Amino acid sequence: MVNPQAQPTNQGAEILRIVYPHDDSVLLHLSGNWRIGEEVPSSDDTIASLSGRPGLSHLAFDTAGLGNWDTTLLTFLVNLKDWCSANDVVYDTQGLPPGVRRLIDLASAVPERKGVRQEIQTESFFARVGGRGMNVVSSIGETLEFLGATFIAFLRFLSGKASFRRQDLWQFFLESGAQALPIVSLISVLVGLILAFVGAIQLQAFGAQLYVADLVGIAMVRVMGAIMTGIIMAGRTGAAYAAQLGTMQVNEEIDALNTLGVSPLEFLVLPRMVALTIMMPLLCIYADIMGVLGGFIVGVTMLDIGPIQYLIETKNALSLTNVWIGLFHGAVFGVVIALAGCLRGMQCGRSASAVGYATTSAVVTSIISIIVVTAVITVVCNILGI
Amino acid sequence: MNEGEPQIVVKGLDMGYGSFVLMRDLNFTVRKGDIFIIMGGSGCGKSTLMKVLIGLKEPSRGQVFYEGVSYWEAEAEEREAIMKRIGILYQSGALWSSMTLAENVAMPLQQYTTLNERQIKDAVSLKLRLVGLAGFEDFYPSDISGGMKKRAGLARAMALDPDILFFDEPSAGLDPVSARLLDDLILELRDSLGSTFIVVTHELASIFAIATNSIYLDVETRTMTASGDPKKLLHESSDPKVKSFLTRGEEGLQSATGGQREVTK
Repeated sequence: MVNPQAQPTNQGAEILRIVYPHDDSVLLHLSGNWRIGEEVPSSDDTIASLSGRPGLSHLAFDTAGLGNWDTTLLTFLVNLKDWCSANDVVYDTQGLPPGVRRLIDLASAVPERKGVRQEIQTESFFARVGGRGMNVVSSIGETLEFLGATFIAFLRFLSGKASFRRQDLWQFFLESGAQALPIVSLISVLVGLILAFVGAIQLQAFGAQLYVADLVGIAMVRVMGAIMTGIIMAGRTGAAYAAQLGTMQVNEEIDALNTLGVSPLEFLVLPRMVALTIMMPLLCIYADIMGVLGGFIVGVTMLDIGPIQYLIETKNALSLTNVWIGLFHGAVFGVVIALAGCLRGMQCGRSASAVGYATTSAVVTSIISIIVVTAVITVVCNILGI
Repeated sequence: MNEGEPQIVVKGLDMGYGSFVLMRDLNFTVRKGDIFIIMGGSGCGKSTLMKVLIGLKEPSRGQVFYEGVSYWEAEAEEREAIMKRIGILYQSGALWSSMTLAENVAMPLQQYTTLNERQIKDAVSLKLRLVGLAGFEDFYPSDISGGMKKRAGLARAMALDPDILFFDEPSAGLDPVSARLLDDLILELRDSLGSTFIVVTHELASIFAIATNSIYLDVETRTMTASGDPKKLLHESSDPKVKSFLTRGEEGLQSATGGQREVTK
C-alpha cells in the first residue's frame, strides 16, 4: 500500500480542502502525500471546523489527487469516522481508494470489548493505601506459610522421605561452594586489608600497631567474614535461585511438578536450602582465613610486625567462642539467603519482568535480613556476655 | 454422541481472578472415550478452565467431579489418586529444564511405579518413539526445537498411560503435517487405550478431525453458549458467534473480522 519510492513532499501544496456543496453535507478533497513525516492537517482541527457547522448530516471524500498514504491517513479517517458516528453524520466512504476502505472496515470490525477499560481505571488515594496495606498483610501470611511448608519439607528430608534428585543436591553444593571460592577470596582479603589499614592509623598513634592483628582477627572471625560472605552469596546464589525458580514458574515447570504430585518445595527448594546452609559456614571459615591473611599482609609489609609475631598475636586474640559465633552467623545467613531466594522465585509471576523483579527482591530481602539478623545476634551475645 | 460413563462432571462452575469474574455457571459432562474440545476466542478463559480442571487453580464457586468425587472437596490422598490418572501436555511443553528428555519422561514412572531402572528405560524409549523422538533420550530441553519440546511433553504426559489426557493448545507451533500426526495419535490412543481427551484449542481442522464433544466459551457473556459435537454445531447451532467461530467468520456474526468486505455506507 505504501510506495517506497521517494516522492516530492507536500510543501506549499493544499492537501486538504473542505467544500460544502449543500448546507447539510461536506466534501473533503484529499490530495498530496499522507505519510509519516509529511505535514498533514490534524484531525482535531478538521473536526473543530466541521463542528462549527450545525446541521451536517453527510460526509464524503474526493481523493482524485491523493498520492501515497499510510497510517497517517488512516488515523485521520478513523478519527473522523468516530466523530461522525458520535454526531449522527453519514460517513460516505465511496470516494476513498478501495485499500483505505478495507482497512477502515477492518479497524471497525471488532467492537471494543465492553468492561475492559473501566476495570483498569485509577483508584482513589485511600483505596491504594488500603490495597498496599492488605498486600503487606497477605505477603507476611505467604512468607509464614512458605516458612512452615519448608520446615515440614526439611523434616521429611531428615526422615529420608523427601523426593528430590541426589545429583541436583551435588550440583548445588558445587555451585554454592567451590565455585564461590574465587570471589570470596578476593573480597575477604581486601576487607582484611581495609580493616588493617583503618586500624593501623589509630593504633600507630599509641605505638600499639601490633594490636592490628587482634583487631583484624576478631572482626573477621566474629562477624565480618560471615557478613561479607553472606552479601556475596545473596548477590550470587540467592539471586540465581530466584531467577531459576522464577523461570520455571514462567515455563509452567512448577505446574507440571504440582500436577504430578511432586512437591516443588521438596524437589526444588529443599536441595538448594540444604546446599547453601551447609556450604555457608564452610565458606565463612575460608573467608576468615583470607581476611586474616589480608591483615597479615598489611601488618608484615607496612607496620614491620614479624610474621610469627603477627600469627601468635592473632591466635592469642581469638577464642573458640568467636569462631562459633562466626559460624553461627554463617549458618543462619545460609538459611535466610536460600529462603529469600526460593520464596521470591516461587512467588514469581509469569513474565520476563516478573523474573527480574523476583531476582532484585530476593537480593534486597537477603541483604536486609542479613543486617537485621546480625543486629539481633549481636544484641543477644551482648546480653549473654559472650 | 458418545454414551460412555461420565468421567468428569462440572457443575455450576465460576472462575476468576480476585473480584474479576472470567466465566460463570459452566456445566458440562465429559464421558469416557470422549475427545472433548474447549473452544473460544483468545482471552476467554480456556486455559484457566483447564487449570481449574487439573487442580492448579481453585474455582470461585461450583464443583468438578472425577467419577463422582468432588476434586476441590476431596482429601489430599484422594486428590493424589485422581492426579495419578491424569496426563497433561502444557502449552509450552513445560519440560523440566535441568533434566534430559529421558529423565523428564521417567520422572512420573519413578514417582508412581515400582518398575526397576531397566523397565523404566524401556518404557521411556517406547514413549519417545511413539512421538517420533527416538534417539533424543540424552538431549536437554534447551537443545531441541519448540515442536520437539511439545512432542516430548506429550511423551511425558503419556508416561503413566493415563485414563484422562489434558492438552493445552497441542498443535500451536507445530507444522501442518506434525499437527495432523498429533491428531492421528490422539485418535489412536483413544481407540487402543480408551483414554479420554480434553483439548483446549482453536485449530479448526483439528477440531473437526477429532472432536466428539465440545463447549464454546463466549467472552462477552462470560459463560458457555454452546455444547455438543462441533460438526453438528456447525450446521445446527443458532448462535451466530459459534457459527462464526466454526466457519472462520464466513457465516454467522456480521461484525466478525474477515469474511465481510462490503463498504460501510
